[in-house]
Amino acid sequence: MNADQNQIENLATQEYKYGFVSDIESDTVAPGLSEEVIRMISLKKEEPEWLLQWRLKAYRHWKTMTEPHWPNVKFAPIDYQAIAYYSAPKQKIRPKNLNEVDPELVKTYEKLGIPLKEQEWLAGVAVDAVFDSVSVATTFKEKLKDLGIIFCSFSEAVREHPDLIKQYLGSVVPQNDNFFAALNSAVFTDGSFCFIPKGVHCPMELSTYFRINAADTGQFERTLIVAEEGAYVSYLEGCTAPMRDTNQLHAAVVEIVSHANAQVKYSTVQNWYPGDKEGRGGIFNFVTKRGKCTGDSSKISWTQVETGSAITWKYPSVLLVGDNSVGEFYSVAVVNNYQQADTGTKMIHIGKNTHSTIVSKGISAGRGQNSYRGLVEVKKGAVHARNFSQCDSLLLGDKCGAHTFPYIEVKNTSSKVEHEASTSKIGEDQIFYCKQRGLSAEDAVNMIVNGFCKEVFRELPMEFAVEAQKLLGVSLEGSVG
Amino acid sequence: MSLLEIKNLRAEVNGNEILRGINLTVNLGEIHAIMGPNGSGKSTLAGVLAGRDAYTVTEGDVLYRGKDLFSLNPEERAREGLFLAFQYPVEIPGVNNSYFLKAALNAVRKYRGLEELDAMDFLKLIKSKLKLIEMDESFLNRPVNEGFSGGEKKRNEIFHMAVLDPVLSILDETDSGLDIDALRIVADGVNKLRSKENASIIVTHYQRLLNYIIPDVVHVLVDGRIVKSGTKDLAVELESRGYDWVKEETAQAV
Repeated sequence: MNADQNQIENLATQEYKYGFVSDIESDTVAPGLSEEVIRMISLKKEEPEWLLQWRLKAYRHWKTMTEPHWPNVKFAPIDYQAIAYYSAPKQKIRPKNLNEVDPELVKTYEKLGIPLKEQEWLAGVAVDAVFDSVSVATTFKEKLKDLGIIFCSFSEAVREHPDLIKQYLGSVVPQNDNFFAALNSAVFTDGSFCFIPKGVHCPMELSTYFRINAADTGQFERTLIVAEEGAYVSYLEGCTAPMRDTNQLHAAVVEIVSHANAQVKYSTVQNWYPGDKEGRGGIFNFVTKRGKCTGDSSKISWTQVETGSAITWKYPSVLLVGDNSVGEFYSVAVVNNYQQADTGTKMIHIGKNTHSTIVSKGISAGRGQNSYRGLVEVKKGAVHARNFSQCDSLLLGDKCGAHTFPYIEVKNTSSKVEHEASTSKIGEDQIFYCKQRGLSAEDAVNMIVNGFCKEVFRELPMEFAVEAQKLLGVSLEGSVG
Repeated sequence: MSLLEIKNLRAEVNGNEILRGINLTVNLGEIHAIMGPNGSGKSTLAGVLAGRDAYTVTEGDVLYRGKDLFSLNPEERAREGLFLAFQYPVEIPGVNNSYFLKAALNAVRKYRGLEELDAMDFLKLIKSKLKLIEMDESFLNRPVNEGFSGGEKKRNEIFHMAVLDPVLSILDETDSGLDIDALRIVADGVNKLRSKENASIIVTHYQRLLNYIIPDVVHVLVDGRIVKSGTKDLAVELESRGYDWVKEETAQAV
């Protein structure tokens, strides 16, 4: 091994910064899953009967399904009876405003760099903070309300806006869609709800910050975003978890509905605990994310930066139903040490002249395994549909892997589908060139990797792009060769 | 004290000895040209001095500014003011040229105990350097060398050199692949940067670059040794007579 490789390997040993545990008294149900547990969750959340029945239907269907193992990731079968399905920080009263939130929780979010006090936040971002199973605070609610925008926890939406929930819940990701979506539908506890009324351009970024704190719990959040005709919203989600030796399951569902001429931009910076250097612990991030462009000329854009989790397994997708609708997917997925990722997207072209763009950047280091898996499907009626896909992989070191599984199905002759793929190793020439200009090996690798991801980072809102760049450097510490 | 003192330097690549006892002294204010046929070890010498990994030094010492050069890693050599203009400049996709240079310059300044430049001061500096070497601002916002023509890459090397303001510049075949206009721009740049506070080693196969950059000393490298040194006239003689006569002369002398 030469000097460069040594130096780069040294870089990859940075610690996970968010691995602390908060000492907060919580109300956690005993591990195990049954109809009784689901009834209890529903009762705790004071839900209407129809939602309980909806959950039970999902649960009964889930019991008939088997845990899928088709992706290019390896994990031991999960014991679903060993997971606690509900954990909430004990709060005597439901906080009416931010001043009533438990100071310990506020401290936790401050440590994570997410102040819950509105005056401390960037003026342009509203935050919903989800701690284990429940939402603890939502900022800027009143200001948004003046515009008719609803941004609140899912539980609150069920209470305050039951008709909207009833109308849209499961309309994009049906209860029986897949194993983990069915599980989520049965036991989901909280999440965020956004509703942007007709013609409204949401003036600030809406953001949800998910935090797993309690041990042996799963996090099953549900996010629903609805943009009415001509509306616009940019939404961001971030996530962290404490360091633990056991794996924890995170099985979320995100649904987006974009009506005619509406635009939804959804960005994720995922930094769940990735496990230690030997591959012990870490989050299983098994998530179903899907958007539906129901109206003509609507648009949904997914941007994800996936640096955390022991296993990332998800395909944020777009159903392009409306004519001239647009779907986009921009992704950076990083695996280091023993992390695994099988991620990509599905673009389903149904309407005429629908367009989709896929840009995927996979970075593999250590013994990480990174797979891009994507489907571009053009239905018969989707005349003149267009897709452009670009999948690039960057390898750091010789013990990691990059894999690409593109699926393309085109059922008409007027459509155009392009797929470009490349795999490259971070070059010693590139590193030497940077060093010859005075840069350290560490800075050189950071710079090269960030350059590789530039097309995706520029899709992120400014502040988060900076955050994502830093995160990338941390994730890759001690890697490369 | 000389800026650079190379004593009996021997180096190999994969067990093949390429440099077989190089002796060379360079003082501040001087420009040295190193000429020689293909495979004589010119680029190896440049690579060894810059600290490229592929070479193993088996014998000899190199003192640079009074320090043992081989005790410094490549980035330290760079921060000590040693600059290599690459024969094949490397592309770094997605990394903005000016962003790259700012990071490099600040790394150098930090090492020297100088304050790092902020974006405004840096912009002022690079614009003045661009003007000095007559290059347009489009170079600033393009990714480092990506999509550059051969000539643009070489000019970008001179731009880097102008910004980093090195003490010792080694130009490795900077003239290769350049048309006559680009050659003149590169040479003008080098001449403008020339001062009593710095020195250059120009590695070249052809004499034509030396029509524009007048060297103080010309060395002829054959089979890993400097076999002849002289003034700029030696370069002219090599151009008209080729390298064979030097080789023969050397063979007779041995």
